[in-house]
Amino acid sequence: MTAVRCVDLCKTYHQGDEDIKALDHVSIEIDEGGFVCLSAPSGGGKTTLLNAIGGLDKPDSGEVYIAGSRIDNLGKGDLAELRLRQIGFVFQAFNLIPVLTARENVEFVMQVQGVTAAERGRLALEILEEVGLDGLEDRLPADMSGGQQQRVAVARAIVSRPALVLADEPTANLDSKTSDGLMELFRELNERHKTTFVIATHDKRVMSYAKRLVRMLDGRIVDDIEQHAA
Amino acid sequence: MHMTAILARLAWRNLWRNHRRTVIMLAAVILGTWAMIFMTALMRGMVTDVVREGIAALPGHVQVHHPDYRDDPSVANLIPISDTEITTKFSDAGFTGWASRVRVPAVVTSEYDSRGVTLLGIDPERERDMTFVDYDDVEGRFLESASDKGIVIGRKLAKTLNTQVGKRIVLMSQDPDNEIADRGFRVVGLFGANVTAFEEAFVFAGKTTTQDMLRIDDQVSELVAIGDDYRNVEEVYQQVSALVDGSVTVQRWFEIDTYLGSMLKVMDGFLLVWIIVIFLALSFGLVNTLVMAVFERVREIGLMLALGMRPMFILGQIVIESLMLLALGLVIGTILAWAAVQPIKDGIDISIVGEGLDMWGMSNVLYPELLLSDVILANTVVLVLGFLASLSPAWRAAHYEPVEAITKV
Amino acid sequence: MGLVFRLAWRNLWRHPKRTWLTTGAMVFSNVLLVFMISLQFGMYDLMVDNTLQSFTGHMQVQAPGYKDDQKIRQTVADIEPLAELLRANLGSDEVAARGTAFALASSEDRSYGIALFGVEPDYEPNVSTIPDLVGEGRYLGASDAAEIVIGAALARNLRIGLGEELTLLGSGRDGSFAAAVVDVVGIFSSGLAEVDRSIAEIPLAFFQDMFYMDGAGHQVVINAPVIDDVPALQSQVGTLLPAGQNLVVHDWDALQPGLKQAIRADMSSAFFMYGVLVILVAFSVLNTQLMSVLERTHEFGIVMALGLTPGRLGRLVLLETTIMGLLGLAVGALLGALLTLYLGVNGFAYPGMEELAAKFNLPARFFPQLSVLTLMAGPVVVFLFTILSALYPALRLHRLHPVEAMRAV
Repeated sequence: MTAVRCVDLCKTYHQGDEDIKALDHVSIEIDEGGFVCLSAPSGGGKTTLLNAIGGLDKPDSGEVYIAGSRIDNLGKGDLAELRLRQIGFVFQAFNLIPVLTARENVEFVMQVQGVTAAERGRLALEILEEVGLDGLEDRLPADMSGGQQQRVAVARAIVSRPALVLADEPTANLDSKTSDGLMELFRELNERHKTTFVIATHDKRVMSYAKRLVRMLDGRIVDDIEQHAA
Repeated sequence: MHMTAILARLAWRNLWRNHRRTVIMLAAVILGTWAMIFMTALMRGMVTDVVREGIAALPGHVQVHHPDYRDDPSVANLIPISDTEITTKFSDAGFTGWASRVRVPAVVTSEYDSRGVTLLGIDPERERDMTFVDYDDVEGRFLESASDKGIVIGRKLAKTLNTQVGKRIVLMSQDPDNEIADRGFRVVGLFGANVTAFEEAFVFAGKTTTQDMLRIDDQVSELVAIGDDYRNVEEVYQQVSALVDGSVTVQRWFEIDTYLGSMLKVMDGFLLVWIIVIFLALSFGLVNTLVMAVFERVREIGLMLALGMRPMFILGQIVIESLMLLALGLVIGTILAWAAVQPIKDGIDISIVGEGLDMWGMSNVLYPELLLSDVILANTVVLVLGFLASLSPAWRAAHYEPVEAITKV
Repeated sequence: MGLVFRLAWRNLWRHPKRTWLTTGAMVFSNVLLVFMISLQFGMYDLMVDNTLQSFTGHMQVQAPGYKDDQKIRQTVADIEPLAELLRANLGSDEVAARGTAFALASSEDRSYGIALFGVEPDYEPNVSTIPDLVGEGRYLGASDAAEIVIGAALARNLRIGLGEELTLLGSGRDGSFAAAVVDVVGIFSSGLAEVDRSIAEIPLAFFQDMFYMDGAGHQVVINAPVIDDVPALQSQVGTLLPAGQNLVVHDWDALQPGLKQAIRADMSSAFFMYGVLVILVAFSVLNTQLMSVLERTHEFGIVMALGLTPGRLGRLVLLETTIMGLLGLAVGALLGALLTLYLGVNGFAYPGMEELAAKFNLPARFFPQLSVLTLMAGPVVVFLFTILSALYPALRLHRLHPVEAMRAV
């Protein structure tokens, strides 16, 4: 089953006098359970592609399908619904709501989805344990390290079993050891829950974990290789 | 409704994120609310004072007269219905208070001087609770019955006439045939009035004595009735109208003294304006606070939108935050205003500007009046306007583009 | 200096919305203050002027004790020559002599007690507006004719019209019986119930005859060109008074103490409200400037590491506040002036105002007048409080340590 399918995506940004082609006729298919890294130097288009897949940004032309349904022509409300129920996000930074504790951050999306208090409480604690943060449920983001914050973000991203997790340079602010830890976590979750992961990065360490590495340059896919994870 | 719970939690915690800013804003709301309500209580007290004094001077909530009496308040325009008939009808009607009296212009002369006054021939027992005279605060004694042969005059008038309790004065007026009607009276009491002008304007004698003097058997000039609340006199009006016929006019107090009536209305309007002005002064700070808060939280808002929150969710957060701040300030401000009113409940002595107050018909003691309706008005206006004021920054926040918001530096 | 100013200016516009909102609060309160203070002081002036000009005048020469006792025996001897003397020495025609007494006025049908005034028909119009307000008939003519001018309410109460006769009865200076018959030649309408109902004027010479005054009178009314000249004029008049009689000159405040007191009472409540407004604006500024300082902690840290002292930074913040304050002052004063000028031409009235206005001798439609004082008073005070409220954030800078500050986000 194809988790993600993009057909001939184009997107151009206008900055001052210049036109930047962020996506230049990009097509890609990703299977369920995939663990894909999108790599490019800064500005190479990986974030734009990720945003297009996640319904955060509309391409100028082309089509995007998530689990077989077309999403690039959906209205804002439907896109929000999509993001709420189908997709999990992990950003580079500012992933958490500062005034909520770790547990509350994880429960947040579930609460909006309508999950009962008892249920989501249980799930939240479970997932926090799974990502190795049990004991830290009641900490505020300001009282956690960068790595811990990212783990909470991951926990939140997968707790409601989304079809797809999109991570945009998740390790950019972390030291190497913590980066490794985080990527290990991603891989475990991918193997255990069969959640599709698409990770945008320019960090070589991160790329080494990918099962499939897609290289982009100037808005085009220039390389697409299967590799064995390290 | 799970939404409200999260929204409330987020809003409350976001309020205290920057507690210096919130505290300052809160202090402003508290001060504004306190000022609103405290000032309102004082002004209300002032107006109620003027209206009560005015009504006590009439007296009554509803009055009955001969149709021509208002233009020509003399002995020629007495009520066509006999006093006996009036008494029969009104005694059993169940009014909170009623009385019939003779009221004519007269001249009072002592050994030293003369003055023009209004002579009131009254039933002292019936008028006890209606009139502006405090029967217990009379030098000498007040009238004891409608047939009392003495006269009671104001302290100020006594001074002007150079007379005192025990001395004789002459009262002169007209009878219905235009003949002079005069009689000597012994001064039995001197009364004081909150509005000192009254002390020179009115003299009191017994009703039957006065009727005798003026040769107007069993007739009166005016009939007054009061209910329980001067703000609501319709019932009394209907009752009185039902007991009399078309040969007289029945009027409510604010129709007789239009100044009093309009003062009440003007004051109500003024208070609303005062509340709105204070709110507007606060609103700049409020909107500013929200705008700053939203600005600081752009990335977070972007995150929430990325996670699938609807714009209304964001808007709701901001609006609830604003309402919480206002509600907290309103509660504290209201309590403080109530507390400020307590120590002055027994009245503030403002006799230092006594003669000025006389001009307005106000007494020398100011009693604050804290009405629940005023408190509710103030709180509601602030909350409603606060809600409206918060819509602009909230709307702006709700319509951020997620991508832009997340990447904002 | 230019650089610091430019820096301060640009800092203000980093967050234009914030600066505008804060300035907006200042402008709002300034407009309100300019308008209300102009209105208020204009009303006071008008109230005083109208009341005094209608009858009391700016000052009066009287016998000692007359002001309080008002006895006919307390006279000013040879009053007409005295008035002439004052006119000559002051070089002004706004001097008029009067005699007053209580009298009973009887028409064919009715009698009423009135305050009777003997006036100089040639000069009375210079000190009182009553002669101008004669709507029916004319004012008094020759100085000793048997004529009278009465108020409209009195005419109504007496059931009398122009050309008819009125009998006057009173008590002469020596206690003997005083009587006269006069023709009603004019009826005036001042709009003040009290005046229209109880004041009547006859020629002074006729009055002196009727009451056996022997050339004496009771008041010499003197008006100054402008009310501010009263104290100086009062002293001057004092020096011109003949010795031996112990005559006194009372200024209008002594004659009508209620006026100043009423004004004082009103001012206290107004100042309370203005005060609240100003403080709320100050809170707004405090909040803004505090936030503005805190969010620049990092930047300030760097600047201090480069060698700038907290003192200089503090001055920068104060300069920013000053610029903002001046902006608020200028725009607010300008808009307030425009509003006041507009209303000064078109007039300002609110519902219910007519009845209130009538009671206090004010016109039903008011035209506020702008003066330097009323224009600047409010905005200047707001400006000062603005600067004051910036002190806290400015002083806080002294607590900043460069390294810590740079760690801030």
